[in-house]
Amino acid sequence: MDHIVQFDEVGLSYGADKETLSDINFTLASGAFYFITGPSGAGKTSLLKLLYLALRPSRGVLRLFGEDVLTLDRERLPGFRRRIGVVFQDFRLVPHLSAYDNVALPLRVAGYEESEVDGAVSEMLSWVGLGDRADAKPATLSGGEQQRVAIARSVIDRPELLVADEPTGNVDPEMAKRLLHLFDALNKLGTTVVIATHDIHLLARVSGAQMLRIDKGRVADPTGALRHPPRPGPVQPR
Amino acid sequence: MIVRPPTTPEKRLLPEGRFAGPMPWVIAIMMFLTVLAAAGGLGLSHAARGLTARLAGGITIQIVDANPDRREAAADKVVQRLRADPHVAHVHRVEAAEMARLLRPWLGQGVLDPDLPVPILVDADFGAEGRSGLPAIASDLARIAPAARIDDQSRWLLPLAGLIATLKWLAAAVVVMMAFASGATVTLAARGALNTHKPTIDVLHMLGATDKQVARLFQRRIALDAMFGGVTGFVAAIAVVEVLGNRLAAVGSELLASGGLGWGSWLVLALVPLLGAALALAVARWTVLAALRRMP
Repeated sequence: MDHIVQFDEVGLSYGADKETLSDINFTLASGAFYFITGPSGAGKTSLLKLLYLALRPSRGVLRLFGEDVLTLDRERLPGFRRRIGVVFQDFRLVPHLSAYDNVALPLRVAGYEESEVDGAVSEMLSWVGLGDRADAKPATLSGGEQQRVAIARSVIDRPELLVADEPTGNVDPEMAKRLLHLFDALNKLGTTVVIATHDIHLLARVSGAQMLRIDKGRVADPTGALRHPPRPGPVQPR
Repeated sequence: MIVRPPTTPEKRLLPEGRFAGPMPWVIAIMMFLTVLAAAGGLGLSHAARGLTARLAGGITIQIVDANPDRREAAADKVVQRLRADPHVAHVHRVEAAEMARLLRPWLGQGVLDPDLPVPILVDADFGAEGRSGLPAIASDLARIAPAARIDDQSRWLLPLAGLIATLKWLAAAVVVMMAFASGATVTLAARGALNTHKPTIDVLHMLGATDKQVARLFQRRIALDAMFGGVTGFVAAIAVVEVLGNRLAAVGSELLASGGLGWGSWLVLALVPLLGAALALAVARWTVLAALRRMP
């Protein structure tokens, strides 16, 4: 089985402070669907930051797409980041750009032609129910609408790995269901999906998803925390 | 450094509030002072070249004698002696009309009075190593034309040439200092822009934008600001240089007029705003790339 992510004795500390994450060991299978849960301050967001290469580990080995990110040449990082879609907890939309331009950003960064960008962005905005808000600036959108723009931006370039931090936190249950369906559809196309959430109800909505529980900066009993049948395999304790 | 211009969607990534901040106006002031200093330096350089030629060997012989016949006879002897000397490249007797023109500012119409004993002037230019012949000429003139007085131009031009050379280097130093100050201004502006747009940069960074992609956005904006400031400062400075040039020409001084700017100098001055924009582009790029390299 291919592993898209492999944590081996990974520790993370900010400056000289004590470790935020300690002794993290697990692997994520390529093409699988994962939820990361845990109480506030447990280290979920820090773990996600390692996954989307906003941070590099302080110790241990983190292999992403088969390469050790600690020793990865800095010039290669943008190429790796383009293979990862990220939904930030605070959305991080560019405030002076329209919803359309925000969603188009990953494609433009990757150098797509505008003709390719146009069709893909319009289709994605329609999918998240914002086809008629393409020209709206983030400040004029509701929290839920901003979240949908952020999600559309994260999946527009069909990433190999999708990392989402509380992606349904600001949307109504119906839209949450619709967004999860989008993530599930993307997963079925081969994207590995990792969602950090407090909402345990989400876990039941994706069949075959696996759960990794983080507590006090460590993986909390990964085998015991597994709530759903593994597909294609369990979170691997190492 | 080959830089691809940003596309229209890329231009939208940073708000285009151009010319609103202080940077273009600070650069305009710096460019104004730089062009003035450069124009001064080039003018002084031109004047210094003329002086150097004179210093290389030029004497003026004054024949001061109240008797016009003796004065004419002495002048003929002086011209004859100088023309016969192998060290002397060129001899020019200043004609009466030219003398009248030179003296008119001081003597008015009185210069036309035939009874006024106006001295006769003879200019002589030495060749490449001609100054070595000066002692022999002085000795001969003292004998054949006692009324002749030799005015060695180098005696009074030398301190002036020293002053002009000092001013020329001072102007060059001012230009260099202004270039450093402009670079520092652009560095501060680039850092300020980076801080202002940090959230956007973070997003671009996380979406896989390369450092060069991000730097391109900033360097374009800063180069445009610098170009605006540069052209504004340049136009203002050229207007001042033109007015000053006209005023200096009106003074009628040969020395001041020798500090005029030739077309080559104007070409150099025209390059100053272009070089300023190029400097701003390079400094902005370097500053932004250095800041981005500190990101993970």
